Amino acid sequence: MANDPIHQFQISKWIPIEVGGLDFSFTNSSAFMVATVVAAGAFLFLTTSSRGLVPGRLQSISEMSYEFVASMLRDSAGSHGMRFFPFVFSIFMFVLMANLLGLFPYFFTVTSHIIVTFALALLVIGTVVVYGFLKHGFGFLKLFVPQGVPAVVVPLVVLIEIVSFLSRPVSLSVRLFANMLAGHITLKVFAGFVTSLSAFGVAGAAGAVLPLIMTVAITGLEFLVAFMQAYVFAVLTCMYLNDAVHPGH
Amino acid sequence: MANKDQPDELERRRADLEKALAEKRPESRDGDEGKTKGDMAGVGQALRLSSEFIAGVGVGAALGWGIDHFAGTSPWGLIIFLLLGFGAGVLNVLRSSGQIAEFGVRSSQSGQNPEKK
Repeated sequence: MANDPIHQFQISKWIPIEVGGLDFSFTNSSAFMVATVVAAGAFLFLTTSSRGLVPGRLQSISEMSYEFVASMLRDSAGSHGMRFFPFVFSIFMFVLMANLLGLFPYFFTVTSHIIVTFALALLVIGTVVVYGFLKHGFGFLKLFVPQGVPAVVVPLVVLIEIVSFLSRPVSLSVRLFANMLAGHITLKVFAGFVTSLSAFGVAGAAGAVLPLIMTVAITGLEFLVAFMQAYVFAVLTCMYLNDAVHPGH
Repeated sequence: MANKDQPDELERRRADLEKALAEKRPESRDGDEGKTKGDMAGVGQALRLSSEFIAGVGVGAALGWGIDHFAGTSPWGLIIFLLLGFGAGVLNVLRSSGQIAEFGVRSSQSGQNPEKK
């Protein structure tokens, strides 16, 4: 563990499973994904089980998260978009819970691996493309043809729009992954300064107060980032779903 | 004579452009992270915009490389799609900072869709 800021992202196999030459091992990442789902599910289930007409503190957190996502989706995709509410709410709760769980010391952060966030982003874009084609057929392709553009430059604009569309899952996943990765490395590096400085006797220990303050401050900041990134991921999901519901307006 | 006129002409056109841009520029950023004030919002926005831009260029390069790989048109696919990716990256950045309308929503029609922002 020593002082290696990257060590925390290492995948370790807990239960090796191999099916037909493919590696399906149950890793620490899988364990924390299960923990995330269980924690999110248990939180929502337990806090709403009393069903108080006047919600208690925890119940109102659940209700707030519901209304938060519901109004976000209704604002960006309209009432037609509300059929995607379970999808968006699951994604929001999963990302939020995974980010928050990752803030516990010695816990693994699921969203700090790009393959996880990229899979989530592909799920979003896949939903947009499949639903768009099912609902509108080839009319969905009007998304790529802006109106009011001179005919000469239309092919160029369409190509650029297509590349821009394809870059969405990349930027969506890279943003979440990079924020979590950078945040955790920064935290680890500053915390590492505390231990290595206090090895230099009294003066070192006195100097170690500064990185300690930084560590506490960054931990607070990380809570903000954890929530912010879950929010941004959900907002962008809503906006992309809006394209699937109403393309080519 | 013509040389003397030119600076004034340029100046005038620049002022016109400035005015036209000022009209198009949104009053306030409707960025997703605009709600937090101060440094954090700036860092968040910087990360967001840079990831948008890099994603555009990266996807363009990957597409071009893939086309070259399968169609054997090296290096033209990479050259063309890298430039297109650059365009897409700039488009992404302008879009996410609210300077250009989103996909589908065009400024000329924004009045017709009360559902959208």
